[in-house]
Amino acid sequence: MKTSWAVRLCARALVPALALLAGCATTASRVDPLEPANRALFEVHEVVDGNVVRPLAEAYVDYVPEPLRIGFSNFYNNIDDFFSGINGLLQGKLEKAGDDFGRVVVNTLFGLGGILDPASDLGIERGNEDFGQTFAYWGLPAGPYMFVPLFGPMTAVDATGYLLRILWGPVGQLSNVPLRNSLYGLSYVDLRARALAAGEIVDTAALDRYLFTRNAYLQRRRYLVHDGLPPPAPEDE
Amino acid sequence: MPRLSHFRSRLATLAALVVLLVPAAAATVQEAPDALVKRVSQEVLEIARTDPLVQSGNEARIREVVEGRLLPNFDFTRMTALAMGRNWRAATPEQQKRLTEEFRTLLVRTYSGALNQYRNETLDYKPLRMNPADSEVVVRTLVQKPGGAPIQIDYGMEKKPDGWKVFDVIVAGVSLVTNYRDEFNQQIQSGGIDGLVKALADKNKGAGGK
Repeated sequence: MKTSWAVRLCARALVPALALLAGCATTASRVDPLEPANRALFEVHEVVDGNVVRPLAEAYVDYVPEPLRIGFSNFYNNIDDFFSGINGLLQGKLEKAGDDFGRVVVNTLFGLGGILDPASDLGIERGNEDFGQTFAYWGLPAGPYMFVPLFGPMTAVDATGYLLRILWGPVGQLSNVPLRNSLYGLSYVDLRARALAAGEIVDTAALDRYLFTRNAYLQRRRYLVHDGLPPPAPEDE
Repeated sequence: MPRLSHFRSRLATLAALVVLLVPAAAATVQEAPDALVKRVSQEVLEIARTDPLVQSGNEARIREVVEGRLLPNFDFTRMTALAMGRNWRAATPEQQKRLTEEFRTLLVRTYSGALNQYRNETLDYKPLRMNPADSEVVVRTLVQKPGGAPIQIDYGMEKKPDGWKVFDVIVAGVSLVTNYRDEFNQQIQSGGIDGLVKALADKNKGAGGK
């Protein structure tokens, strides 16, 4: 009966250890119940991004002159500002929405259809509202955190918001398919290029890039949802 | 001797005044937190703009600037304690010391990397709302990049005997210190506090990181 004694001893040591593990698992699962799957997708993303997307974005920065890149960024920002205005309205943030719509009018009329950004020179700030924040404002839970290869970190609610944004965006309404797809491609590379500097900082700073990215994303969303003044996080010391 | 006693009482008054005024003077000498942030950022950005070594990306020189100009204004022990959360109290003083050293090195590397990417950004300083009695404040700044979206960088600061010290840097709403908490926790769960020290040391040697 030696084995059964050993088994019982193991069980005695294991049960508290498992309980501890389960305890950790439940605290982790609150923000990231899909962590194992997400980590696998993150690895896939890292390979594709490192070999294809990032080099493309770097080439874009190296070969496309800066004024042109800024023009593209402004053009897409102008569309975003319009949607920010709508989401400001949906959250009853009239002043912010007014600023956003004001920006769109100024930049479209006096900024060559949004390629220039005279509104910023006039000191009209961007509202930075989106559908995900509107959902959060109306009390929808964020849902599980997801890492989507090629698109990056998002919560379920934010993913829904991005989808709406793409579906209702003006680029999607274009009937000229090659033009539409080129504009999508360009906006994608533009977004990735703008994240290059941040990516380098994460490389230097993070012990675990997956966790660092996830927490930075969740903190950032929380900050945006609360318009820059999030309530203090629990366990701050 | 009325004269002498008069002199004495004057001297006493003077001494009392000096005793009363010295701490007051020391208090006024202590630079306000927003003024400190403004002065130090302007010094550092000025160097980044004009120093040929920094401009050519000389790592040793950049690190020297970060170490010499920025770091004296940081409270790394507090930063490390915040990033550790409740694990901090479980660490021995020796472990706390090593953790603080390694975390400091990691943050210097991160900051140097960020400074190396600096290209003609300008800083806006938002007005600071604080009461004279406050011992903790958040100083808000806005980094304007030509053609890019402005990035808000806030500094959590604490009043110490030798001046205001930064204990957290919040970039676009992301607190650097809070962001490390899960990573630290994870390392401690798998390898204990010494495991975390080792992970940080490896990362600083350029070997670590996934």
